[in-house]
Amino acid sequence: MNNSVVNTARLAWAALRMLLVLTVVTGVLYPLAVTGIGQLAFHDQANGSMVKVDGQEVGSQLIGQSWNIEGTDKPDPKWFQGRPSHSGYDPLATGSSQLGASDPRLVKAVKEAKEQVAAFNGVPESEVPKDAVTGSASAIDPDISPAYAQIQVKRVAAANGLSTEAVEKLVEDHTQGRTAGFLGESRVNVLELNIALKELAGN
Amino acid sequence: MSPVLADVLQVTALIAALALVHRPFGDYMAAVYASGRHLRVEKWIYRSMGANPDAEMRWPAYLRGVLAFSAVSVLFLYLLQRVQDKLPLSLGFKPISPDQAFNTAVSFVSNTDWQSYSGEVAMSHVTQTAGLAVQNFVSAAVGMAVAVALVRGFARSRTGDLGNFWADLVRGTVRILIPISVVAAVVLIAAGVIQNFGDIHTIITLTGDKQAISPGAVASQEAIKDLGTNGGGFFNANSAHPFENPNGFTNLLEIFLLLVIPFSLPRTFGKMVGNVKQGYAIVAAMGIIWFLAVVAVTWIEYAHPGTASQIAGGSMEGKEQRFGEGPSSLFAVSTTMTSTGSVNSFHDSFQGLSGGVLLLGMMIGEIAPGGVGSGLYGMLIMAVIAVFIAGLMVGRTPEYLGKKIGTREIKLAACYILITPALVLIGTAVAMALPDGKEAMTNIGAHGFSEVLYAYTSASNNNGSAFAGFGANTPFFNTTLGLCMALGRFLPMVFVLALAGSLAEQQPVPATAGTLRTEKPLFTGLLVGAILIITGLTFFPALALGPLAEGLAA
Repeated sequence: MNNSVVNTARLAWAALRMLLVLTVVTGVLYPLAVTGIGQLAFHDQANGSMVKVDGQEVGSQLIGQSWNIEGTDKPDPKWFQGRPSHSGYDPLATGSSQLGASDPRLVKAVKEAKEQVAAFNGVPESEVPKDAVTGSASAIDPDISPAYAQIQVKRVAAANGLSTEAVEKLVEDHTQGRTAGFLGESRVNVLELNIALKELAGN
Repeated sequence: MSPVLADVLQVTALIAALALVHRPFGDYMAAVYASGRHLRVEKWIYRSMGANPDAEMRWPAYLRGVLAFSAVSVLFLYLLQRVQDKLPLSLGFKPISPDQAFNTAVSFVSNTDWQSYSGEVAMSHVTQTAGLAVQNFVSAAVGMAVAVALVRGFARSRTGDLGNFWADLVRGTVRILIPISVVAAVVLIAAGVIQNFGDIHTIITLTGDKQAISPGAVASQEAIKDLGTNGGGFFNANSAHPFENPNGFTNLLEIFLLLVIPFSLPRTFGKMVGNVKQGYAIVAAMGIIWFLAVVAVTWIEYAHPGTASQIAGGSMEGKEQRFGEGPSSLFAVSTTMTSTGSVNSFHDSFQGLSGGVLLLGMMIGEIAPGGVGSGLYGMLIMAVIAVFIAGLMVGRTPEYLGKKIGTREIKLAACYILITPALVLIGTAVAMALPDGKEAMTNIGAHGFSEVLYAYTSASNNNGSAFAGFGANTPFFNTTLGLCMALGRFLPMVFVLALAGSLAEQQPVPATAGTLRTEKPLFTGLLVGAILIITGLTFFPALALGPLAEGLAA
């Protein structure tokens, strides 16, 4: 009995020392080495791919934002809008609605979003694409589909006093195809598109 | 290019990459575990813990090493979370509550990585890198060590020795997991994944809003999270978060990382037992099941029969625009069929029948290809069962790789395959019988039941993904799911190591004309059939109440 207690304690002590040594290797040296390489070689990416306008950071290229009228939860017609987000694009509350594909609450939300998007952009409901009426997985999806950007062109052009052709060209220039031609989906980065729009409109 | 063609190219590229590395990487791993040499850093590690890496262990000693190391790991990780506010780089986060800290500690040590917390608002820099990420490495290395011990049981004869646990643990970490992780992490940073130890950083957007940008050593954790089939996301949104998985390229890289070790280990097995064809039969069975599931889920997602998806015009709820339906389906199947559980899209919002396929992927015991190590030993146990069934059919004493599958061996294998179904079904039944189960559901009806079933399936099989609407952060679920994770990880290891010990002691019987040729396609077919029949019989009633009922109603 006494002997087995001693043996167990000895084994636990050995295991603890092993854990501590491996913690130093994999939990301290490894992340520090990777951070060092990352900060030196890929400084921008390692720090969040931040985007600046007039020297001020206005967001991360990778993190979606809300484009509502300041201080309200109403979408601002002068900006391209992103996908619905149940957290209002708060990066400290990522995640999705978690509603099942036939859940009555999701059915209701999709129907309402479809009506709202169609009315807001002055297009028939049949032209509203799927990404415009569904919440993303992260709630901070930075992208929309090219189709969703296209149905917003007329409304955005009118609100900014720009020609439809000019805004259409802007969307075209900011449409990214699949990575390497076949990886992922084609998309439009909303923040980058809106920054270009701001420059074009000169406001 | 049509989305379907892009998906076909994507799966083809993935399979080609896995096939390309299968042989060299499998052989490399075999050499690592057979090597008689110790690297300098390994010698330093052995010296500082006082172990002799060349001392052979019999199965009880090997098991004691596994259990002692894991128990110490749980305690250490628990304490780290409880005192994280007093350590540097805390980001102002409070200590984790006792039940949640227990759940998280067991979760990461058991390679499950079930998460009842949101990383971006709960875990400090130190907890993430020196606690959670460390377990990402070592829990994976423990799984590989146990698998290698079982393979040695087949390969060796008339000895009880299965190798040295400490040496296997250290080698797996130092020679396999770390080098690949460093390379993968740097590639991920180049592609946009963050890697810093900064503070939460607030910016003013063009609309005048404030937005908080999260910091973190994400790339270093992302690499091992996938490579070690762990799956614990740095952020709540896991690999759907753009800082963890910024584009289509990183998405495919992450899928590759989570499949590469499980799909290469059969080569290691073949090499170690001296017949690589045996490994091909095993990897073929894994590949067939994985591929069928990829096709099924992708097809169902594009068909989007769910009511809400029909109105929306596609199954994009809970999916990111940069991934779309196809790459999200590929990720979902690969993460549930390994024991990873990281997600790039939320399974709760997948179509009802897709959810059923994902559940089934976990229920078959995560062996196609399964977690690092655990996939191989789980598949070898199923091979033992398949050989036994074949033996019954022809009335011969079954044997596998020259080792007789006698009473003791089949008892151990049978115990192994009973553990997780018992945990899943009893756990789900208890949760449903108590008020806790219903209160935790986000969804109603059949889909709500699927959430509970998914939680216990995921925990007991050490997957860690969730139908995440399920409100799991209650003392009841933190505790019961924590127990399922611990029992679902370590009880099977007891039977695997006992089986390894009993096989290693045998004198191999020479193959005769009547021996079942386990390297032939016929055996692969028998194996796949045995897996599907055993899982189907066990779980069909539960699946009928959840995803099948939902899928057929839509």
